[in-house]
Amino acid sequence: MTEGRAGETLLQVERGITDETVGHITRVEELFYELRIEDTMTRDPKVVTPDVPMRAVLELFRQARISGAPVVVQGELVGIISIEDLIRALVKGDLDVPLKEYMTSKVITVQAQSPVIEALKTFAQTRVGRLPVVDENGRLVGIITKGDITRGVLKALQRDIQLEELKRYRASHLFEDIVSDRTSLVLRYYIKPRDFTHGGQASHHIKRALLRLGASPQVARRCGIAAYEAEMNLIIHTTNGGVIRVGIEPSDILIETFDDGPGIPDIQLAMTPGYSTAPEEVREMGFGAGMGLKNIERCADSMQLESIPGKGTHLTVRIYLHPQDGQVREHKSEGGTRIA
Amino acid sequence: MTLQEIVAELNLMCLTNPCDFSAIEVKSGYASDLLSCVMAGARHHGVWITLQSHSNVVAVAALLELSAVIITEGARPSQDAIDKANEERVNLFLTDKSTFWVVGKLWEMGVRDS
Repeated sequence: MTEGRAGETLLQVERGITDETVGHITRVEELFYELRIEDTMTRDPKVVTPDVPMRAVLELFRQARISGAPVVVQGELVGIISIEDLIRALVKGDLDVPLKEYMTSKVITVQAQSPVIEALKTFAQTRVGRLPVVDENGRLVGIITKGDITRGVLKALQRDIQLEELKRYRASHLFEDIVSDRTSLVLRYYIKPRDFTHGGQASHHIKRALLRLGASPQVARRCGIAAYEAEMNLIIHTTNGGVIRVGIEPSDILIETFDDGPGIPDIQLAMTPGYSTAPEEVREMGFGAGMGLKNIERCADSMQLESIPGKGTHLTVRIYLHPQDGQVREHKSEGGTRIA
Repeated sequence: MTLQEIVAELNLMCLTNPCDFSAIEVKSGYASDLLSCVMAGARHHGVWITLQSHSNVVAVAALLELSAVIITEGARPSQDAIDKANEERVNLFLTDKSTFWVVGKLWEMGVRDS
């Protein structure tokens, strides 16, 4: 996976990164730029001196389970010896000659401070298996292989997951840690008319925020569906778009939408399943089935829809966070929804 | 039933980054091209069969936590929609067959509507 992805990244680097490609960059690709070589390299690698015999290299590779080692003279890098060099020596029965006869002396190195992508580019260009890493003074500080990079990226992804858990933990304690007589959190989303490309984004963010705050998956899903239908209504029907306002309190979630027109002339009719005023091209995309408001009602513990034609519409949806508050939901299904 | 069995039996083309489909359980199925009907009718961990292929399909599938979406009649979604699906970890599949054919096959395999 890493190699394929790295290949793609390299292509993008060669072509230059456009705004469009930036939008498609995955987390793994991002990490290739964020992580530095020194974060993922092996420090204090096994090194050898030029005069030791190939037999010693064989022993070292076998004991340390490595496939290559930098060759140094007083801390200065003079070459690299790899398992391929060892095989050449073995074929010739040359195990007693000094390794300098077989080492590669033109060593390609990478800088410790560079991002991991630089090492990946060098791997792709040179097809070597390992790269000595040097500091700003050219002194050897480590060695890096593709395996080191994979491990480094996996560790970083693990950190990302832990960070998400931490965010979730912090968010879920928000209401406990902050003391007030009444604590609420308000989220606002500005929705543009006919912006189908971003349709569903606000509701996705709402659902994720609620999960982070510790809402049950069922409650988050109901809020997500209600918010989605409300969001799509703003996109499909409003003249100038509108606002979704989500008020989160320890006991309930209040989702409201506000817009400034065109308004709904007959709310009873609008609530009828299958009734829709969506234009044909919008229906062809599968929107405007005339089910949106019904879906909101189904997910809500209480719902209120107020509209003045020519002025705008105000939708209020309340969902309780704990099942014990569910009596209200029962009541609602008997026709208790107040429609102003 | 696992997604792996369905993909193999129906010979579906995976549009998103493949993952371990044998670990994904498909509990039910739903077919409609009207998004609000899907919102109301599809169950989570289900499979949804549609010929809609724009990016809002992904938004709906993500919100409902569907196991997979099968897009029929070869209506290939845009790259944007596929990228979004990868981001949201929605499994998108494509087939040249009709919705009727896919639903019939799934029913034969034992997938039901709830």
